[in-house]
Amino acid sequence: MNKSGLIEIISRETKLPLREASAVTNTILDLMIDTLAKGDSIELRGFGSFIVKEYKSYQGRNPKTGQIIEVPPKKLPFFKVGKELKERVNS
Amino acid sequence: MTLTKADLVQKVYQTHNLTKAEATETVEAFLRITKDCLAGGEDLLISGFGKFNVKQKNSRRGRNPQTGKELILDARKVVTFKPSGILRDSINGVV
Repeated sequence: MNKSGLIEIISRETKLPLREASAVTNTILDLMIDTLAKGDSIELRGFGSFIVKEYKSYQGRNPKTGQIIEVPPKKLPFFKVGKELKERVNS
Repeated sequence: MTLTKADLVQKVYQTHNLTKAEATETVEAFLRITKDCLAGGEDLLISGFGKFNVKQKNSRRGRNPQTGKELILDARKVVTFKPSGILRDSINGVV
């Protein structure tokens, strides 16, 4: 399923017009993105949590040329699946 | 600060012309439909945010790290998340 499929079902189940369901979905996702961009975490019961992990700079290699390069420090989001979803995926 | 469902409801309520009950229902629908999709074994691609994959793991031999005892880990499904480039960039302050 993709984002437009998700919005269609939200619209059908909440009886909101498609345009509004789409706007609300974007509000939800934008707030989640802004939260992670600030370095804060997200905790959605039953679904899962997102945290931002920080990586220090390290030496890497260009796999094609073998050249040693300095990988700059970076942050990456991590998702940990929640208990309910974890169990449902397996049942 | 950790963002929770209540924060999402509050933001939706403030941003859109909805009652508190409607805002709550919409956020809950968003989460429910997302979970139903993954629980049904289907991947979910949210462009601009990331992709949730349902991956099949084969059974394998493992070890209880505490006792050192060998055991069989059953085949199972796990949910993984791959952030989109846009999300990675906003987290790293790249515009």
